[in-house]
Amino acid sequence: MTGEFLTPVDAFTVIDLIFMMMLVVVGIAIVRLKDLFAVVMLSGVYSLVSAAWFVSLDAVDVAFTEAAVGAGISTVLMLGAMLLTARRAAPTKPARHWVALIVVCATGAALIYATVDMPSFGDPLSAPNAYVGLEYLKRTVPDTGVSNAVSSVLASYRGYDTFGETTVILTAGLGVILILGLGGPAVIRKKAAPAKSKTSKAEQDASAHHVVLRVVSKLMIPIIIVYGAYVQFHGDFGPGGGFQAGLIIASAIILYALIFGIEAAKEAVPPSLVRLGAALGVLIYGGVGVMNLMLGGQFLDYNTLNPAHPTHGQELGIMFVEIGVLVTVASVMLIIFYGFTSRQPDISDKDW
Amino acid sequence: MESGISFWQYLAGHFNYIVVIILMMTGLYIVIATGNMVKKLVGLGVFQTAVFQLYITMGKVAGGQPPILESAHESAPPEASAAAVEHGASQAVEQASAAMANAAPHTEIVAQASVSIAQNMDDVLVNGVLYSNPLPHVLILTAIVVGVATLAVGLALVVRIREAYGTIEEDELQEAHYQQAKGAST
Repeated sequence: MTGEFLTPVDAFTVIDLIFMMMLVVVGIAIVRLKDLFAVVMLSGVYSLVSAAWFVSLDAVDVAFTEAAVGAGISTVLMLGAMLLTARRAAPTKPARHWVALIVVCATGAALIYATVDMPSFGDPLSAPNAYVGLEYLKRTVPDTGVSNAVSSVLASYRGYDTFGETTVILTAGLGVILILGLGGPAVIRKKAAPAKSKTSKAEQDASAHHVVLRVVSKLMIPIIIVYGAYVQFHGDFGPGGGFQAGLIIASAIILYALIFGIEAAKEAVPPSLVRLGAALGVLIYGGVGVMNLMLGGQFLDYNTLNPAHPTHGQELGIMFVEIGVLVTVASVMLIIFYGFTSRQPDISDKDW
Repeated sequence: MESGISFWQYLAGHFNYIVVIILMMTGLYIVIATGNMVKKLVGLGVFQTAVFQLYITMGKVAGGQPPILESAHESAPPEASAAAVEHGASQAVEQASAAMANAAPHTEIVAQASVSIAQNMDDVLVNGVLYSNPLPHVLILTAIVVGVATLAVGLALVVRIREAYGTIEEDELQEAHYQQAKGAST
């Protein structure tokens, strides 16, 4: 199947090559640097460049997610962990580098040898592209009425997988709770009054020279949240969906916490609400499946929601399931963030 | 490669895999060669992103567009007839399934399932348009979010290790653990 197709060498190839070279350069820089702040920042750059490359590879939904995760949440988490642990990586013994180099070269050579069997880049008739993926494209509109094939495959055709993955995310959130604690008291209101005055005094000193940041972020945060809602509900027709929207909304709240202080964020979005949300999202997702069972269908068979118009039932089911994903993803990201910040020693600006 | 394709043609068709493997090995090198646990997790992240890239490059179709289908209402005039046929077909399917819904719900959807492998270029067009493969996108989209959640668990463990031993360097950690164990035994 690989024999006939020759990958065209055109402008897109050059763009792909440029992105790849940038990724390789950033990767090598990460290897060589010892300063953890630079390493973490470069890992954010690496994610952002690969998100740009995903757009060039037609994977717009993936690019969305990678940009929100890599440049946003995972960088913040790594910075938080770095502040709690160490600023620099200690140098290791040279022998270890040689061992690593030998292992990497051997593995890499074996993998490159294996690429001979892989389909050519861009081959429309290759095994992955000519079979089930194509079938999803052909059936999506008649079956589900949703024009974004990624959304329909995610929420309907492979709804079981996505249910499992949502549960994995909830489990990871529970793991962070078990390791790092609940991220602050559930009832924040009683403590809020003294804590608020204390932090606001401390903050006035710290953030007096962050006026631009405060004003701009105050303007941006509502727009980011509205954009998250757009991404959520427009996911049937364009790139977007519950995963992306959940990450975007969580990163808006994390931005609020970074600029206005963690106490203010916990007052706006209490940890108890976030804990409830993480479980509620999975409950919504599973609830849709159970509802389908009760209506006489199979688990996550959305046709039962509207037997007269199965496509409308599909649209409805996909919408509810995506809301469940949104609630769980946003909540778990905030559980994790609150978990890390609850351990945070107070950072003064001098540390930066 | 063996069927008369030159080395350069092979390289043009497989450069994506080669660069992705280089990136993957960069991540693996960081994991092996550094003792610092935060940097190790960054290396795992680089490796993980390379795996994502491997999947996404396999789903790319040359000249294709993102897998967001042009609906029947939006399609261009030259494709209007094909689109109309498709639209009619979808309506017919809808009506048929509506009619059958009372008697035997959902069996007709299962009955349609006859997935075939596309053999030529005409088979891979959907309403006359070439799309990239949506399936790798779905797999990787969820994997990215699961990836950040598991990364958080890893970082949380690193934070707890630091609290318990006062270091996150592997060598010092083993030393500290040894000292603690010795202290406990005596």
